[in-house]
Amino acid sequence: MSELTLFLVRIAYLAILWIFVLSAISVIRSDMFGARVPAPASPGKQPRPPKPSSPRRGQPTKVEVVQGVNTGIVADLSQAPILIGRGNDAAIRLDDDYVSTRHARIVESGGQWYVEDLGSTNGTYLGSQRLTQAVPVGLGSQIRIGKTIVELRK
Amino acid sequence: MPTNSALMGFVHRRRRGAELFLLVLALIVGIGAYAAVGLGVDGEVPANLIGYGGWLTLLVVAAHVAVRIVAPYADPVLLPVVAALNGLGLAVIHRVDLAKDTGLASQQLTWMTLGVALFVGTLIALPDHRLLARFTYTSGLAALVLLILPMIPGLGTSINGAKIWISLGPFSFQPGEIAKLLLVVTFAGYLVVHRDALALAGRRVVFVDLPRGRDLGPVLMMWVVSLGILVLQRDLGSSLLFFGLFLVMLYVATERPGWLVVGALLFFGGAATAYRLFSHVQSRVDIWLDPFADADGKGFQLVQALYGFAWGGLVGRGFGEGMPQRVPYVESDFILAAIGEELGLTAVMAVLLLYGLVVERALRAALISRDGFGKLVATGLAAVFALQVFVVIGGVTRLIPLTGLTTPFLSYGGSSLVANWVIIAILLRISDQARRPLPDLAPDAEDPDEQATQIVKVVPER
Repeated sequence: MSELTLFLVRIAYLAILWIFVLSAISVIRSDMFGARVPAPASPGKQPRPPKPSSPRRGQPTKVEVVQGVNTGIVADLSQAPILIGRGNDAAIRLDDDYVSTRHARIVESGGQWYVEDLGSTNGTYLGSQRLTQAVPVGLGSQIRIGKTIVELRK
Repeated sequence: MPTNSALMGFVHRRRRGAELFLLVLALIVGIGAYAAVGLGVDGEVPANLIGYGGWLTLLVVAAHVAVRIVAPYADPVLLPVVAALNGLGLAVIHRVDLAKDTGLASQQLTWMTLGVALFVGTLIALPDHRLLARFTYTSGLAALVLLILPMIPGLGTSINGAKIWISLGPFSFQPGEIAKLLLVVTFAGYLVVHRDALALAGRRVVFVDLPRGRDLGPVLMMWVVSLGILVLQRDLGSSLLFFGLFLVMLYVATERPGWLVVGALLFFGGAATAYRLFSHVQSRVDIWLDPFADADGKGFQLVQALYGFAWGGLVGRGFGEGMPQRVPYVESDFILAAIGEELGLTAVMAVLLLYGLVVERALRAALISRDGFGKLVATGLAAVFALQVFVVIGGVTRLIPLTGLTTPFLSYGGSSLVANWVIIAILLRISDQARRPLPDLAPDAEDPDEQATQIVKVVPER
């Protein structure tokens, strides 16, 4: 193996190393701001997407209070988003002292139901986990709000 | 900030294609280095290049496919960068093997296989990094147990004066490497719950708001115990690492710059005390100040490494043209000296940049993460990585006194490699959660009219 070949191998390898480094940096650069949201940003003016006509099998259709002062209250999920709280505008109005006025809501996105805490005082729990962001829920998920438990049912 | 990215009008893309592209380049870096070693040392392309390259490709593809399936929004740069570093490390270890007639590279490849397996396993077993918050105290206990393990007679082995190894059959393992990951989880889980109390409650002494003992106590205890164990085991590098990690996480969690002042004072106090008490600290500092005073004795390792860097120059001697085997432990702590000698400053700077990119991506994951726990874990892991690279590379290049630590992903050492792969898996999980677009929740509940007319009802106290 001649000196020149070895020299070329060395230079080529260093070039490859730096091409890799620079490509990684260019990926980071193009990733800096992500992609623009394709939909125009003026919420409220857009027509609301049509409601799914018939709920699919295995999808919950109603929310029911299963434990607490207001056991038995049912709200239909077709009126989503469902606001849960002590306020008058809540779809499920609870007389629980540990519930905030606008406590949590149940919303639908892309065929999946989510529960989201609305900055309540005592928090919304799914199992032992306190919610910090919207979390997907399904049939039979028990959501604890104050001393009340609501459940998604068919 | 849950609405942060939505307000700024963009979503993160998945970028799995970009990751694949970078991974191909990373494989060329790894396999190319292996081929160049063969060409330089034996004058021919190594016979097992296909098998070796195939195995490396298989590992990388497995990791990529796992990310694609279970963490589709994860950061696209982290995996290729660590794959390239690991590949380069394997080739350099192979180069040292050829010079010393040892078989460390194939062992390292076995460890890498285990590391990638654990990487995939972590990504699958951990669908959400917040699950780790449940194990705050469990992982703290586990970290302490792991740190104590090498001190148990019969199980622990002392290698090069540091009692930080346990031997399991043919393999020896360094439990401290896993412990640092567990400690990050512990600190993050504790601080995220108690950070308000730590930052706000307490007295002001001179210029620092000292938190109450009951808030700081548990985590301080944890830290003192782990540092004490490490000092007893004479593991300087790891004690420095844990000290810095604790400081960074406390500073980030409480947002009080006073902690940095306190930490700096504690550091210099501790360093001065250690210098007086321990002879090995003194000799390390003496070597650092004047390595040529005893160039054939205590300073031999550092002097040989410095000669290597100087001999390598800007573009290096080329694989096979240098003498990296003259540096003791060149395959583990001093691997950067081998790279500096045979590939030169150009490659050393590329390696440093790659480490910088890993830290940058980890901190970015912390910035965009939506929950405090994820932010703290990512910051802690970034701090571990940055401190470790600084301490070991600073030591090898005589910027600071040398303390033994492995160079992440490059050095020979199974426990370090496996632990680092798991760290990268957790970082990818956090960045996947952070970059995943929020579900588009119907905006009509946010109708301003409805909010304005909302009646605030005063509920009588009962």
